[in-house]
Amino acid sequence: MSTTVATSPSLDAPTGNLTVNDLSVYYGGKKALGPVNMNIPGKQVTALIGPSGCGKSTFLRSLNRMNELIPGCRVEGSVKLDDEPVYGPAVDAVAVRRRIGMVFQKSNPFPKSIFDNVAYGLRIGGMNGRSELGGRVETALRHAALWDEVKDRLDESALGLSGGQQQRLCIARALAVEPDVILMDEPASALDPIATAHIEELIHELAQRYTVVIVTHNMQQAARVSHHTAFFYMGDLIEFDRTPVIFTKPSQSKTEDYITGRFG
Amino acid sequence: MNRPALRAARRPRLGDAALWLATGLATLLVLAVLVVILVDVIRHGTPRLTLGFLTQAPKDGMMAGGIFPAIFGTVALVLLMTLAALPAGVATAIYLHEYADPTALPTRLVRIAVNNLAGVPSIVFGLFGLGFFVQFAGGTIDKLFFGGEKFYGQPALVWAALTMAILTLPVVIVATEEALSAVPSDVRMASAALGATKFQTITRVVLPQAVPGILTGGILAVSRGAGEVAPLLFTGAAYFLPKLPHTLHDQFMQLGYHVYVLATQSPDVDATRPLLYATVLVLLALTFALNASAVFVRSRMRKRIASRA
Repeated sequence: MSTTVATSPSLDAPTGNLTVNDLSVYYGGKKALGPVNMNIPGKQVTALIGPSGCGKSTFLRSLNRMNELIPGCRVEGSVKLDDEPVYGPAVDAVAVRRRIGMVFQKSNPFPKSIFDNVAYGLRIGGMNGRSELGGRVETALRHAALWDEVKDRLDESALGLSGGQQQRLCIARALAVEPDVILMDEPASALDPIATAHIEELIHELAQRYTVVIVTHNMQQAARVSHHTAFFYMGDLIEFDRTPVIFTKPSQSKTEDYITGRFG
Repeated sequence: MNRPALRAARRPRLGDAALWLATGLATLLVLAVLVVILVDVIRHGTPRLTLGFLTQAPKDGMMAGGIFPAIFGTVALVLLMTLAALPAGVATAIYLHEYADPTALPTRLVRIAVNNLAGVPSIVFGLFGLGFFVQFAGGTIDKLFFGGEKFYGQPALVWAALTMAILTLPVVIVATEEALSAVPSDVRMASAALGATKFQTITRVVLPQAVPGILTGGILAVSRGAGEVAPLLFTGAAYFLPKLPHTLHDQFMQLGYHVYVLATQSPDVDATRPLLYATVLVLLALTFALNASAVFVRSRMRKRIASRA
């Protein structure tokens, strides 16, 4: 079963829309997800919720083709970023990932300096001048609400930062290449409440410039940060609607059972 | 249900005691052997170990003088060997670990081949070196470039080094693969998610983190190569040479082979014995130093990876 949100077309329609059509994902011949149909609206936050193993992370990873790095993974159907296909013989997965960035559950900074971490994506894209890089690194760190905490120690190892700072550094690193979409896979699940609050605040602000898709186990978090919420169960998209609707009057009984804590 | 009383009489556990005794004794035995070797070699080797011994050539039919040509030959051999084995081994490991499909038949065959290469007796490598490098490769070079005159078609430093490189290749490959596996997959994912190609991820993220492990493999290969003699017997080691090798197609003296020569070919075994001990001591010191540095590098790498957790 699948549902879509009607997004009213307008002249200044935000870019960064993701259109998912009949997307199915298989691991070694075994179906893990789908088929899913979904229109993820641009410049808004979309939360993916559901019990463990429901396919929400698999879905997230299929949006920027990260699941191709998992051996035995196969994808059917289509994903479009605005009008451009994400899958297809002529599409370069590397280019896709420059437009659709990702932040992981466990912060994973490189064992390099703070500066080099944020500059990584720019450098592999061919940018070299320290001043040019410096400007972009500063902007990214500011957008990730980390600049004031690290501006005096950009050359120190990123591994010396606290867990919450490391996760914001990973967000800054993803922002530095100026993608259209940021995918987040439970970005705050390993953080304490204060660091989590920081990240949630940040997600709100990011939605002004980016499309954000976030997987979370925490339903309060989904309710707090997202504009739209998708509920996945056993590899299917059960319901997708505006967040207040999902949390107050869901149309599917499974959704209601889940958000009221009857299972999961 | 019968619950054992906490204060029940403690019975001696026979199995425990026996195993403790057996494993302890075995450990002691191993240690004892090592200590006996070391004490014997150090006690008999030190008196003859002078600066002159390290810097002079052998004299008077090996019964006087030093072992400098053998040290020089060993170092030259090991350097050339590393130059050949390290790039080939590291490249093979990168291919096997990063690119090859681990379930494909050719990959599994290469892995089996690498493991078996490690098990081939070293004398077989020597014969292979003689047949392939000295006679075939060297002979061909002579035919093509030197009008059949013998330059490369005879035992030589370069052939011995290449033979040794093949012998130590598995060490380098296995160590490099372990180093690559030790790089956490989350930083690979992070790199890929930023739009890095596989090549960029390998060169900018994976290899820098794997360098200590790769160096460990290199050093282990060197220490293995420094101690091997059999592969050199037919490929380039000489009994005695009046001068140091100065081209790749010269023969050379080598510490391990020199030990063999001193022990078996001397006209007066008693007169040579102090020299023999001192030579063994130098060889052992060299090998131990190389192993120790490998352990040091590896522990530093472990610390670096542990600090990420």
